Amino acid sequence: MPASFYYGVEVMLNGLMAGVMYSLVALGFVLIFKASGIFNYAQGVMALFAAQTLVGIQTGIVPFSHMINAALGTKVHYFGWNVPTLISILLVVGVMIVFAILVERLILKHLVNQEPIILFMATIGLAYFMEGFGDLMWGAEIKTLDVGIPQGGNVFIEESTAFLGGDDFYGFYLDTLDIYATVAAVLLVTSLVLFSQYTKTGRALRAVADDHQAALSVGISLRTIWVIVWSIAGFVALVAGVMWGAKSGVQFSLSLIALKALPVLMLGGFTSIPGAIIGGLIIGVGEKMFEFLIGAPFLGGATENWFAYMLALIFLVFRPQGLFGEKIIERV
Amino acid sequence: MKLKTLTAMALVGAMTAPFAATPAFADLVFPSLSYRTGPYAANGIPFADGYEDYFKLVNARDGGIGGEMVKVIECETGYNTEKGVECYESTKGEGALVYQPLSTGITYQLIPKSAADGIPLHTMGYGRTSAANGKVFNTVFNYPANYWNGASAVVNHLLDINDGDIKGKTLALVYHNSAYGKEPIRTLEELSKKHGFKLSLLAVDHPGQEQKSQWLQIRREKPDYVTMWGWGVMNATAIQEAANIRYPMENFIGVWWSGSENDVKPVGAKADGYKALNFHGVGDDFPVYDDLKKYVYDEGNATGAGDQHGTVLYNRGMYAAMLAVEAAKKAQEIHDTADITPAMMRDGMEALEITEEAMTELGLPNFGPAFKVSCENHGGPGLASVNQWDAKAGKWNQISDYAETDMDVIGGLIDEDSSAYAKENKVEEACS
Repeated sequence: MPASFYYGVEVMLNGLMAGVMYSLVALGFVLIFKASGIFNYAQGVMALFAAQTLVGIQTGIVPFSHMINAALGTKVHYFGWNVPTLISILLVVGVMIVFAILVERLILKHLVNQEPIILFMATIGLAYFMEGFGDLMWGAEIKTLDVGIPQGGNVFIEESTAFLGGDDFYGFYLDTLDIYATVAAVLLVTSLVLFSQYTKTGRALRAVADDHQAALSVGISLRTIWVIVWSIAGFVALVAGVMWGAKSGVQFSLSLIALKALPVLMLGGFTSIPGAIIGGLIIGVGEKMFEFLIGAPFLGGATENWFAYMLALIFLVFRPQGLFGEKIIERV
Repeated sequence: MKLKTLTAMALVGAMTAPFAATPAFADLVFPSLSYRTGPYAANGIPFADGYEDYFKLVNARDGGIGGEMVKVIECETGYNTEKGVECYESTKGEGALVYQPLSTGITYQLIPKSAADGIPLHTMGYGRTSAANGKVFNTVFNYPANYWNGASAVVNHLLDINDGDIKGKTLALVYHNSAYGKEPIRTLEELSKKHGFKLSLLAVDHPGQEQKSQWLQIRREKPDYVTMWGWGVMNATAIQEAANIRYPMENFIGVWWSGSENDVKPVGAKADGYKALNFHGVGDDFPVYDDLKKYVYDEGNATGAGDQHGTVLYNRGMYAAMLAVEAAKKAQEIHDTADITPAMMRDGMEALEITEEAMTELGLPNFGPAFKVSCENHGGPGLASVNQWDAKAGKWNQISDYAETDMDVIGGLIDEDSSAYAKENKVEEACS
């Protein structure tokens, strides 16, 4: 086989890895949409906020230091300690649970029985609030996130596959961080599936997802379920924030990764966890292969975003509910 | 009124009081179109801080410019073109003397407005490159260097390190897929014909967090050198990806908008050796910083968090303010009045001459190139230096002097583009 064939395989493998990263973001959307019918526009900002909080706690940044310094004329920025990564992650999980409780108490509680578009608008407001709040709390500068995950091409894979394509082939390039992200995504999805299938709370979540009113009639508390779902979505946002933040630093653009999740959701369906994973993989491989085979050689490159949305639009035409979404049947 | 309400009002009052403080007797107005929020906030903050701190220094140390105090009006654009135009419209009535849009998109929108209102624009190292032709762009200035100078400076650096011969070498341009990122392409194409190197183009979509395809292509094609026209997260991601594929950092050169601490620090030790162009000095080892400390920082008047001093973009903001102050002084001298108008400011900018002696007097020896502006040339001499990142020391080192760029090629392109603009917009080429 010529080297170009193996490079094609390499692009496909990297597309799969990129797809996993997209799926991590899409998962948060699916969880909330499934349980409450809300398209949570703030999911990307939640990932940013979770990552900002993680770096803030890890490196001992004084929250709201800029505001405190401006108001009191002090010059405090750091507490002067470093918190171990694991403890920091647990603390951020706590913060995301508090965040979920606040969202339920301050926003969702007041919007029960409102149209989905109202709830969607509320999450847009939440996203803008969180953007500003995160910057105010932790500062807008780019932060380096170090959770001990190595980055860079995996030398073992590279060297052990270099013989495949002759002198022009340098071995498969796979980023170690992406491999970790894949393992994290597999663990996350497995845990979520086990949680929803085999725990009482998981069954309650599925009941709410199937029919709100029926779930309420058998004594399931909608408000508790919302808190649980937003907490889980907050945890998923943390995982996505850690993986993307470790890749390119913790900064505002992290919130824009939500844009990469949209075509994944259109393709996989808004209500399916496996759909988010499969959709992510299809988008990841599709956009990378298109760029490799057509985009870069013939169209000037940078076709990935365009291709992802085009593919999603094609799916919308033929299968509006996505690959795994529930078919919507309404009586006239 | 309830106690809770009173407490809340007192708290809000205490927190907003420091932000509400503005100079009481302000005459010369310099708007600052800043972006402290949004995807590019990390870069907008140091520039805005440096810009404002220098004016604060001039007020505190010199009593303003020619006896007139300076007022800076900051307006948040979020790096958004529409908001930038709104900022221009809402502040021009305050007597704005010059605008620094700090965005190529905003600049393009403001060029016709600037011509109509007679308020000059200074787009230092960005904006519309052909605005260097002052006969067409009467109110726009882009000294001391522009994007095309940057493209040429990259090629000149490659010539320097290859004993003047880069025939047969390959150069890959990784660029932000926007008007800004595409700016150097034409110049690089011309220079590739002239010097015989092969140019390959790799576009990256906004915001640039995902660049795997581009860097896999670089890994496959192994270009001898890579240059980058990026901004924001795209820069750090590209440098990280280059490190991931073990691309030699000393062969990777960014334009000046891809060469701040924000671009290299997130990558850590692996960014060591990365190069970037610049048109001003780096670090805080300049006498002006002693003055800033004495008159601004120690007085508790540092803008923002006061933690950006000496960074590349803080220095750039400070440099932009210094050039604005010197142009205002020139305008006062030409028109024999301290209370200058935007039209007079334009005259001052067109007659601006920066000498090394003047820079030394200002506490900025060797901080930037000496240059002279004229009606024909609003772009200055186009000199640029090369900086290299020392990850261990955590600082940029200037590794070359401010060197000339290929004005034979660039001059022709400027004439061509500005003539097309003049024809399209029915502008009569003239020097006032």
